[in-house]
Amino acid sequence: MALLEIVGLRKVFGQVVANDHVNLTIQSGETHAILGENGAGKSTLIKMISGLYKPDAGTILFDGTLRNFSNPREAIVAGIGVVHQHFMLIPALTVAENVVLGIHGGWGRYDRKRAEEQVRKLSEEVGLPLDPSRKVEDLPVGMQQRVEIVKALYRQAKLLVLDEPTAVLTPQETEDLFEVVHHLNQEGIPVIFISHKLDEVRAVAHKITVMRAGKTVFESPVGSASAEQLAYWMVGRDVVLQTRRDAVQSGATVLSVNDLTVFDDRHTKKVDNMSFAVKEGEIFGLAGVDGNGQTELVEAITGLRKLAHGSVHLQGKDISHSSVAKRIEQGIGYIPQDRQRDGLVLPFSIADNLQLREVSTAPFSKRGWLQKRAAKKHAQKLVEEFDIRPRDVDLPVGDLSGGNQQKVILAREMARHPMLLVAVQPTRGLDVGAIEGIHKHLLALRSEGRSILLVSLELDEILTLSDRIGVMHAGHLVAVYNNGEVSREELGLAMTGEITAKEAGA
Amino acid sequence: MKKLFKSLSLPLYAVITGLVLGAIIMAIAKYNPWSAYGSLFAGAFGNPIAIGNTLAGAIPLMLTALGIAVAFRTGLFNIGAEGQYWVGAMAAVFIGYNFASMPWYFHIPLALIAAMVAGGLWGGVIPGLAKAWVGAHEVITTMMMSYIAILLAHYMVEKGPMMQQGFVPQSPPITASATLPTILTNSNLSAGLYIALAAVVVVQILLFYTSFGYKLRAVGHNGFAARYGGLPVALYTVLSLGISGVLAGLAGGVQFLGVDYQLTDTFQSGYGYTAIVVALLARNNPFGIVLASIFFSALSSGSQMMQITSGVSANMTDVITGIIIFFVAADRLYAYILRTLRKKQVVAVARKEVQS
Repeated sequence: MALLEIVGLRKVFGQVVANDHVNLTIQSGETHAILGENGAGKSTLIKMISGLYKPDAGTILFDGTLRNFSNPREAIVAGIGVVHQHFMLIPALTVAENVVLGIHGGWGRYDRKRAEEQVRKLSEEVGLPLDPSRKVEDLPVGMQQRVEIVKALYRQAKLLVLDEPTAVLTPQETEDLFEVVHHLNQEGIPVIFISHKLDEVRAVAHKITVMRAGKTVFESPVGSASAEQLAYWMVGRDVVLQTRRDAVQSGATVLSVNDLTVFDDRHTKKVDNMSFAVKEGEIFGLAGVDGNGQTELVEAITGLRKLAHGSVHLQGKDISHSSVAKRIEQGIGYIPQDRQRDGLVLPFSIADNLQLREVSTAPFSKRGWLQKRAAKKHAQKLVEEFDIRPRDVDLPVGDLSGGNQQKVILAREMARHPMLLVAVQPTRGLDVGAIEGIHKHLLALRSEGRSILLVSLELDEILTLSDRIGVMHAGHLVAVYNNGEVSREELGLAMTGEITAKEAGA
Repeated sequence: MKKLFKSLSLPLYAVITGLVLGAIIMAIAKYNPWSAYGSLFAGAFGNPIAIGNTLAGAIPLMLTALGIAVAFRTGLFNIGAEGQYWVGAMAAVFIGYNFASMPWYFHIPLALIAAMVAGGLWGGVIPGLAKAWVGAHEVITTMMMSYIAILLAHYMVEKGPMMQQGFVPQSPPITASATLPTILTNSNLSAGLYIALAAVVVVQILLFYTSFGYKLRAVGHNGFAARYGGLPVALYTVLSLGISGVLAGLAGGVQFLGVDYQLTDTFQSGYGYTAIVVALLARNNPFGIVLASIFFSALSSGSQMMQITSGVSANMTDVITGIIIFFVAADRLYAYILRTLRKKQVVAVARKEVQS
């Protein structure tokens, strides 16, 4: 019998039809993936299932009864557990406190021992071992996600919804999560798995429903749909999944990093005596688990962080102590990891953001006067070229979707044809169509003979784009491979530090 | 145009709410709000001289608020504009009663430049450097510097170096060559009005038409992105607070060359604090500041007339000011109310569409 049956669901916001004719059937004990681009209506659907929005039309049948939740609490009581993309945890409280929060018997005293025992037992039962007495803020992201899952199960969820659960996880944590999902299925709890990553969905789900433009357009068991087919349904056109790369043309050295040592803000050594070089027309991919010094390395190269020892050269010139402005001038482009914090001024318009890194120079200003017309013309050209939507260059970038915000940064950095582009997680959180576009642009830059230092937590991205692949672990460059001469498993092993520089072919 | 209207609507609601609640309070206290507001308006704008005095009171508010707005735009809170106003006043008066032989076209600019430099150093450079180098918060440093300035001004005329011969604690009056001409006879309105309006235009151009202004605003909205964009954030912090102090210092200079002429020991202009409210109400928009400063000046210049003719205490205008401040600060409340109303409408329309 179906646990959840949704028929003809519809939700309208003003002029925008966010969901329309949405149908979905979830059987007990299965994992059902909902696949779709950003803005396809996945989140709206989830918010209706979890009681945050009221549908304008259609029915939700859950556990045999017709439901019309008017708030999230009702949905939780009915047995729908949702793990949101941004965790709803209180960092200063312990795991156990977070789990029992709000349902641990009204006014009474908080019985720490009992709560911790309950949480420990539950977490072990479902195969998610947790230390209930630790503070949430001390846990890695993967563990925090477990807390969210246990929290939902503690509230006796009969159905678990995971909204973009892997967006924040490392490859290893993702593997662990898949284990957990399988385990839950065995216990009879079905999981709705929201994602826009094809390979993940194919790895974890039994059934797949594709959403596009607010509608459910395709449903199939996982085995009988190819990746190309799914991508077609998601985007509505054929997508080239493997971007072809032409042969390597390595010439002069563009970036060389020598014996570089960098400390973070807490004076911990994050990059330890690291050396490597990136050549003309080369994409050097830097793989590694998050927090192994990539951020500090990138900041030292782009001028945002002081280096403690060693040097950075761009085209033979020592830029170790140059200012950010100087490095921009000398041809370093930079796509930062946190686009909203570092890359954009959200209240500024698209046009204003597109000149952020060179506002003092022509054509954007002359003798200190802003050249608004030139900036606008420049922006209109880039908006077309990089397909930034909507096309209105006077719109504040804060109003754009994440994918379009990323395109603004990409457009700004690419427009300058930088000698070296440092790209950190350039496609994080983007959908298939947008990723394809960004990869194309990066490869085009490479064909011009420019160099790219690509830092990514996603092995697939590294393997698709890089000419050479370096692996960082604990501040060291533990291995460098030519792409094509290394397997995913080898890379994964190197990322855990299970390999020393000596063994690796340089 | 639509954008301008939208940005004006929230402050307008705040003002209307302030006036309406003020009227309700007066009605509860058994006064007639109509006649009270009528006399308030008459006192502020009833005849040319009243208008002149209202505008005269708006000048120092306008200049000080401009300074505060520049700092706000860079994400900084200059709370010590009052002190910068007083150092500006001291500098201008000092130059004003010395150099009597100087022709006016040197004397006035010299006095005003001294006022601006003093205000800039006091409000900008010292707190700015303290923030840039050791991270001292500007709210604390500008406020403390403000107290130092006010007490320093006291010392100057109470047996200090700027005290006039005799026993009255006041400075000598400035000479005729340093006096800003009055542009409306029998009122306090001096040529300082032109200086203030010119400053409004200059700040507007500086903020929105130069790359310097772009950078100030970028630093204000997002310091991380500004650093990423290659801007020296610390330098812009100093410059922004500096400009802020220059404008507050200019306010003091203009006020003393045009209206007060000599330092006395009654030190309470309050302009530095009211100007914060002016900047908030105007949402840091230079032209909005012109309107907002005239409005607050009118409240204070009309309050005497209100007290005399309708018996409502002049302090009532302070109550209204307080209510307005509350609702300006609570602008999200309006945004929330408007949004809920709009949502209801949208849902109703959508329902109709679905049904048809």
